[in-house]
Parts: sequence; structure tokens; C-alpha cells
Amino acid sequence: MNFPVVKGAAYGLIQANEMLVHHGTTQTMERTKDAQSEHLRKLPGHLRSFEQAVGYPPNQVYIGNMTPDELKSIPRPWYKQPVSGISRDGKYGEIMPEDELIGLMKMVDAFELVILEEQFQLAVKEKIVAHPVLGVINNVANLDKNPGTSEEIRKLVDNHVAQPIYFEAKLVGCVKRAHEFDEALSNHVMFENLVSKASAVFALQLLLNKTNLKAEEVDYIIECSEEACGDMNQRGGGNFAKSIGEMCGCVNATGSDTRSFCAAPAHAMVEAAALAQSGIYKNVVVLAGGSSAKLGMNSKNHIEKGMPAFEDMLGAFAIHIGENDGFSPMIRTDGVGRHKIGSGSSPQAVMTAIVADPLDRIGYKILDVDRYAAELQNPEITEPAGAGDVPLANYKMISALGVKRGELERKDLQKAVDGFGMPGFAPTQGHIPSGVPFVGHAVDMILSGKIVRTMIIGKGSLFLGRMTNLFDGVSFIIEKNSGTVEPGFNKQEVRVMIAKALRDFAKTFGEE
Amino acid sequence: MDLENQARIMDFTEKYGNENLIVVLGGGEAESSGLAAETVSTGDPTFAGPLAGVPLGLKAYHIFELKDMVDAAVYDEQISMMEMVLDVDAIIEEIKTYRK
Repeated sequence: MNFPVVKGAAYGLIQANEMLVHHGTTQTMERTKDAQSEHLRKLPGHLRSFEQAVGYPPNQVYIGNMTPDELKSIPRPWYKQPVSGISRDGKYGEIMPEDELIGLMKMVDAFELVILEEQFQLAVKEKIVAHPVLGVINNVANLDKNPGTSEEIRKLVDNHVAQPIYFEAKLVGCVKRAHEFDEALSNHVMFENLVSKASAVFALQLLLNKTNLKAEEVDYIIECSEEACGDMNQRGGGNFAKSIGEMCGCVNATGSDTRSFCAAPAHAMVEAAALAQSGIYKNVVVLAGGSSAKLGMNSKNHIEKGMPAFEDMLGAFAIHIGENDGFSPMIRTDGVGRHKIGSGSSPQAVMTAIVADPLDRIGYKILDVDRYAAELQNPEITEPAGAGDVPLANYKMISALGVKRGELERKDLQKAVDGFGMPGFAPTQGHIPSGVPFVGHAVDMILSGKIVRTMIIGKGSLFLGRMTNLFDGVSFIIEKNSGTVEPGFNKQEVRVMIAKALRDFAKTFGEE
Repeated sequence: MDLENQARIMDFTEKYGNENLIVVLGGGEAESSGLAAETVSTGDPTFAGPLAGVPLGLKAYHIFELKDMVDAAVYDEQISMMEMVLDVDAIIEEIKTYRK
């Protein structure tokens, strides 16, 4: 069968300290209750510098300068083990500072909602023009337009018609509301959507820059973040995907948005695989930007335990799925795992549905998968908040499932975990950790022969939307390419078949 | 503990009376399970929810502790895998401290 392939992956991180302080929901809720609270007073003392964020080992794994296995060998706490001699530029991506993202927000703003202070705008334009990935975006000219004065910006913020934009503790701009009464177009929503769009544009530009894919070759874009764009009559109407492609010159692409909380990237990858395999679209990009609301989500716990406010990273990614080229790692579309509506919600039922069932379908055992990538949240962020080591819990569940199915001995449970697991290295940005951060590494490891196959698992907590208590989970297997490309539909072959059928019919008819 | 769950438990105590209720937990970690047990016994220690300063005095048990009271087939189907994965002793130990 001609399976679709993963042709490339790119990953972007943006350190956004001021967004953590001013737009992370833990902080905004705290400010509403008590603007002078102990947490808000202590928080600035726990923020990391950009250099610290760049040198943080999990971030280096995310952008491809280190492997997950190398991270495994670094003793915790990782924040006390900075990687030296590395840069913000990585094999699959890049770590960007906050001022460049702010400039990018203005570049991707199609409705003049972002106002930047004149001097700040000038300075950030210089940085962006000099940037090899961002400097080529057409809309860089937006950074020549409509600057504001500090007084104008302050007035808009004080009148509650704009969200403030800070850089290094100074008010440097704002995002205005897009409508006087429409809550779906409020300054708060517009701010979050522009952050998401800008960071996704960053990831797509990285993909175009670091792989052979050309903007005009992209046929379809699936955006899978957790934001919603629309107005009061169609909140969440879309379409982030086309708005992102437009910024990057993907003139031949169309696209749409897919949502399912943290499981959305896995759904989007399966959809992309189906579109590429069917031949409907040759080149599909799955992408998502980051979430400003989630910045500093667990910062109270981190500060209480004397740790840095780690959740200062916006995450973004873009993955290219294409037709079988006989070389790139394939997505086994005959072995897609899904948590069905009727699957049940116990952990056992969930893992059976998304791990065991698809393996059974294609005749594999649990230990036939070299690496499982499920919920790759960085444990250094989640453990202090009482959520434990999420990827490790998943590996243990997969192992335990193997024991229950008689595929491994109970005494070998931990050995299996050590074999197919890896430490979490993704920022806690909801949809971002959901298996897909490993795709870039997986492609390299498969091409170099280190592993044969991996299973990417996305899981989502649908109850958060208060529409259902159902759980969600999707998985898919990426494995070494079989090396053969089937020719598919052959006109001559079909002609011969029809001719033979007609001859046989005539013969039978003649005999009668 | 989730603020909505705190409100629900409070409603149940008003409807059925504290003496007729126990709380069954399914938490996957000792600290968070302990926090839930504390919330329903001596009140919400984070002072964030409706049970802040409300000592309901309810006894909390983890489902692991009630294994013998549950249909073996149901337990096997729903819980047995997680029993292999989680630190059962640490969770039970932590929850027990709030029943003393």
C-alpha cells in the first residue's frame, strides 16, 4: 500500500515572560482577586532570562539540538544544568525572544489592531529584517506603519479597550478590541488569537526555511491549536489555517482548523495522512501556534518550591505530510488508534483503544514499537504542581497493558518502560506536548536506523469544554519506509482488463 | 480539589447528611489524593473553594482500599492496570492520615 510520509518537521519556541505575567490566566485571575497578592509580588523574581531559557536542556531537545536520549542522561533538576555553547538556532527550529514575537504580531495583524510604540517598533523591525526566517515575510512593511506614542497606548489600556503589550517590564504596545460589544472580538480574544497566529507563522516559516518544501507547493494547511477565531455569530468559525498560510506565501493552499483539545494535533496528522494518501492534496502541513493563556499556569507551585517560573515558553510546530516518496518514514494509516465514543473512560479502556487495538489490527505487539510518544510534558514543570511525570505514567500504562495481554512479564514492566519511553521535553502548552514534538526526532532516528517505528499518541480532556465527559485519544504509527512506491492507477492495465472481460463475455455468449 | 466538586460534595451533605456519606477517590498520586481527602475532612487547605473553612468531617477512601468490596470482574476491567502502575501504598498511606 502507498502510505503517506512525513517529509519534515519544524519547531518554534518563544520565551514570553511579560505575557506570562500579564496574560497567563493564573496571573490574570489572581490580579482580579488581589492585585497586590504575594504570588504577583514574588513572580518577577522567578522569571528566567532569555539566555537561561535557551540553555534549558528540554528547550534544546524541542528545537532539535539535543535528542530525548541525551536529555535522559542529564540529571535533574534540569534548570540547574544549563547547556553551554549552544545557540537559539536548532536543527528543527528556533527559540525566539519576546520582542521579536511582538513585532511578528504586528506583521500578521490584518486589521490594524496592534499598536506599537514608535521607538520599540523601529528597533524590532531592524531585528526582524535581519532575521533569516522572519525577514522574508511580505508583511514586514507593517512595521513601518501607524506607530503609537506611549501616552496613546496607555490611554487605550487604561480605558479597557486594549490589552497591554509589555517588553522588559515596559509598556511598548497594545492590542485593541475589534468590536465595541462583541465578546468574541474583545481585546482579550484578539490578543490570544494574534499570539497564536504569529507563533504558528513562525513555525511555518521555520518549516519552509529548514526543509525542501516551498511555500507555493503547499496544497492544504490544517491548524490544530486550542484557540477560536470568529465573531459573536460564529465564535470559532475559523480559519486560522488560511490566515497563517497567507502570511507565508502559500498561494496555492487552502486549509481549515481542527479542534480536540490536546488531541487535536494527532487528529490533524491523521487527516493530513488521509488527504495525502488519497491524492486529494500532495503536500499537507499540520501546524499550531502557542497559547498565552497557559503561560505560568502552574507558576504558584513553582514559586512556592523556589523554582523558576518555567512556563514562560510559547510552543509552535509545523509538520509536512506528503505522498509516498519511497524514502521518508511512512504513516501506517491502516493502524490508526482511536478512542471511540463507546470505548469507556477508564485508563485501561483508553489505552486499549488507542494503543492495543491499532497494533492488533496490523499484527504488531506492544514491544514491536521502539518508541511511544505520548503527552510529552516536561516533568520538571508538572511534578511540582502535583500532576506527576505524565509521559512516564503513560509508558507505565502501556507496559501494564502489555502485562495484562500476556505480551511481557510483570517483572519486566520497568525494563519495557526504559526501552520504549523517553523523558518529556515539551512546554505545558496543551496541544503542543501531545506526541508531535517527537516527530522531528523520530524521522531522524528512523532514517539513521536507530529505530524502526514509533507510535505518536494524542490525548484530550474534553470535559473542559463542558459539552461531554468523554475522553479523547488518537494514535498513529510512523515507521521506516518500505522503499517501494506503488504506481497506483494504470490506464493501460485497466484497458487490458476490460478487453479481457469483454472477450470472456463474448466467448460465453457465443457458446450459449 | 476542583471547585465544582467541592460544591457538589457540600450539596450532598446537605441532602443526605454527613453521617451517611463517604468519599471514594480515584486519584493517581499521593499528594493530590491527600489534598482531596483533607478538603472533605478538615476543609479546603487552599482556601479557594466552597469548602474553605468548612470541616465536613467526611471519611475518604481510595478505590484501591475497597478492592474486596467491588465485583472482581469490574475491578479487573476498570482498575487492575492502574494498580500495576501507581504507587498504591503511598497513596493509601497519605489518605489514611486524614481519617484519624
